[in-house]
Amino acid sequence: MDVTTRKSAERRIRNRALTIGVSVTPFGLSFGAVSVEAHLSLLQVCVLSLVLFSGASQFALVSIIGAGGSYFSAVGTALLLGVRNGLYGARINTLLRPTGWRRFLMAEVTIDESTAMAVSEARSGHSARAFWVTALSVYVLWNASTIAGALVGNALGSPAATGLDVAGPAAFIALLGPRLNTVRMRLVGLGAGLIALVTVPVVPVGAPILIGGLTAVALLLVVDR
Amino acid sequence: MKLWLAVLIASAGCAALKLAGFVVPSRLLETQRAQRTLEALPVTLLSALIAVSVFATGTHLVLDSRAAGLAVALILVSIRAPFLVVVVAACATAAALHAI
Repeated sequence: MDVTTRKSAERRIRNRALTIGVSVTPFGLSFGAVSVEAHLSLLQVCVLSLVLFSGASQFALVSIIGAGGSYFSAVGTALLLGVRNGLYGARINTLLRPTGWRRFLMAEVTIDESTAMAVSEARSGHSARAFWVTALSVYVLWNASTIAGALVGNALGSPAATGLDVAGPAAFIALLGPRLNTVRMRLVGLGAGLIALVTVPVVPVGAPILIGGLTAVALLLVVDR
Repeated sequence: MKLWLAVLIASAGCAALKLAGFVVPSRLLETQRAQRTLEALPVTLLSALIAVSVFATGTHLVLDSRAAGLAVALILVSIRAPFLVVVVAACATAAALHAI
């Protein structure tokens, strides 16, 4: 591959990974602060960010515990939200084909951000780099901001006040953009979003994303046959 | 003690779910149908994630400053604006509307 092309791809990936990493820090701060309010110890907060490492599941767990919900529903919701990482894993596995111990490491950091970046670089052939650089950026900044949030509270204010609550959706739209280049894929994406929203009021938190994502894929397969 | 149990079960369970996708036997994924499903899955799941994180709070549908941020992101992506511009402009729009 051309050296200039490779250099520019490396720069693009590094900058995007850093942007995504920075955009998760307000959520990390918020998560740390919410966890302490829910009476989790610093060690427990760290275990969640180091091992569970999936923002939505972590937030669901501590929010439900903090609101006085049952441990059963807290853990159940966290697991439900974690299912999509497994589905991402199947895709990442066929895309990057890790072997041996790399497979375990790769699975641990297979989340929305690393998957979106890997998929967006599928055609450029830089998926592996995009996956690892994004995973590292998010892992380091998520854990650092979690600890900061638990120790000093949420210094930035709510993610809504800084507009950072749309940083994730905006980044994912930008990464998916090139994949949504046909009317068919746009309809599939739109369908997934609409189905998810329709189910929001009637199913438990965490289920709409799975229902929307899986139903849209099923519809795509039916239409395609 | 119970809290530790919840933390550990959720952590181990979510880590196991992540690993599950990597241990699906590859012969199951070799068919063309399976390949197409796998390629579409991240797109549909992330689309659903975007919709829910913009238009929902808990189990309620809401229309607030986040929707404006998403609209700006969509417009900028359609004119092929750089990644950082898309993210920063979306956040700035949402923050400005939130402040009003």
